[in-house]
Amino acid sequence: MSELDDFYNELIMEHSMNSYHKKQLGSCDFCEKGHNPNCGDEIELQVKLNGNVIEDMAFTGHGCAISQSSTSIMIETLKGKTIQEAKEIIQTFIEMIKREIKDEEKLEKLEDAIAFKNIANMPARVKCALLAWHTMEDLIQQAEKKE
Amino acid sequence: MNIKEDFPLLNNRAISYLDSSATTQKPKQVIEAVQKFYEQSNANPHRGAYELSVEATEIYEETRKKVADFIHAKQAEEIIFTKNASESLNLVAYSYGLENLRQDDEIVISIMEHHSNLVPWQYVSKKTGSQLNYMYINEEFEISEKEWKEKITNKTKIVGITHSSNVLGTINPIKEIIQYAHEKGAIVVVDVSQSIPHMKIDVQDLDADFLVFSGHKMLAPLGIGVLYGKKELLEKMSPFLMGGEMIEYVYEQETTFAPLPQKFEAGTQNVGAVVGLGAAINYLQTVGYDTIQSIEQEVVSYANEQLSKLDYITLYETPNGEHHSSVISFNIQGVHPHDVASILDSEGVCIRSGNHCAQPLMRYLGIDSTCRASFYLYNTKEDVDRLVKALEKAYKMFEKYIKK
Repeated sequence: MSELDDFYNELIMEHSMNSYHKKQLGSCDFCEKGHNPNCGDEIELQVKLNGNVIEDMAFTGHGCAISQSSTSIMIETLKGKTIQEAKEIIQTFIEMIKREIKDEEKLEKLEDAIAFKNIANMPARVKCALLAWHTMEDLIQQAEKKE
Repeated sequence: MNIKEDFPLLNNRAISYLDSSATTQKPKQVIEAVQKFYEQSNANPHRGAYELSVEATEIYEETRKKVADFIHAKQAEEIIFTKNASESLNLVAYSYGLENLRQDDEIVISIMEHHSNLVPWQYVSKKTGSQLNYMYINEEFEISEKEWKEKITNKTKIVGITHSSNVLGTINPIKEIIQYAHEKGAIVVVDVSQSIPHMKIDVQDLDADFLVFSGHKMLAPLGIGVLYGKKELLEKMSPFLMGGEMIEYVYEQETTFAPLPQKFEAGTQNVGAVVGLGAAINYLQTVGYDTIQSIEQEVVSYANEQLSKLDYITLYETPNGEHHSSVISFNIQGVHPHDVASILDSEGVCIRSGNHCAQPLMRYLGIDSTCRASFYLYNTKEDVDRLVKALEKAYKMFEKYIKK
């Protein structure tokens, strides 16, 4: 099955095994933990805001290549975006994985995260890819409550 | 004898199925028996006064007798049909544990228990104020005699132990543990879900007080489990689930309950699966445990040999072959089991990855999860070769990224 071989490509592998976003932020405004008890994937997202802009972001944790690379690539995509933009990107990512998006152009805003498009063909791994994005949704909710 | 030919799914799909510890594939003899029941004998047992219902009742009760003989129980009414081993264990926890445990009593289980023989005892211990203690494993992934003799004390009232670990494949010396627990005045609940597909179980020889297993791990359909209990214990226990068929007289405010085994079988049972369980027992007896063991011995030792050659693989199993069943847990160092399982899947090799419903064991081992290949009578050395080839592929894909 070459599709799988395509999936575990350079981008995914580098982000999962050697991510430069995997670290502790010196100081952060919000952090949120996410986990998949079934597989033992655990991540913690840290976010530093400047007004409503995501100024810096990092993660710690452990898990499979898909959960870890998805977290790292999400950070790459969301860094520098406003909260509102981040929400739209997260929504688009989730819809892409659920195959609810017909208009391919909409996916452009996902940048590198578009690499997860075909995860829908591996239903057993969808949860791994979504972990970080759902965790970020929770974090944003928490941030908005505080405002 | 070509065993694989009996298993339609293994002929319909070009896979190496190495997840029999989760559930086994079904031989056509079982599938056909279930179909025949629905085509010829289906009715609600114990209900109707007409011939068909009487026939369904006979089939149901004959299978109970068959199960009793299969595990050498003294009487058929010591066999309770449930939906799976988990329900059997919950029945014992609720109907025996909650009623018999007092504050400061002790429940002792092993760290290698499946959640189904662990979480119910946590509940009982919290409800009754009793203490839940664990027997831990040594560096050989076994529970030493010293360990179980230290943990089972005069205060111990219940010991819960798996015969064979679904993660490590360790076979526990349950006969010795039962004897010792009895000397200390405790009763023993044995989970043989992982062992009964592979070896003869004799409840009288073991002197087990309660013993549970699932049909679907021993070639039978999904949705049928068994609880064996000594009659004198079962008779003193209150029902677990209430409803139809488990009663004698029902008044507006009071009910008297049916005798064994109906007391514990509320509602219409999964008769089709019971029929399938009977057919699975027939199949196992026709092939014979000796044959099953010699097939598994050959395949599993070949697997151990081949996997040991891969220096990037960590194996989690006892070095004492006679204490090890047909389950092999392992990890590729630096690669998450879920990634390994996905890559193996793309090569047609089905293995399990995760914590295998044994989170406390994983934590004790200091890992999140493992890959697990489990073998059964339909597996061959070719399956092992495919596994090894797929593992080599997985390692190659990750090799240059793994942090050394």
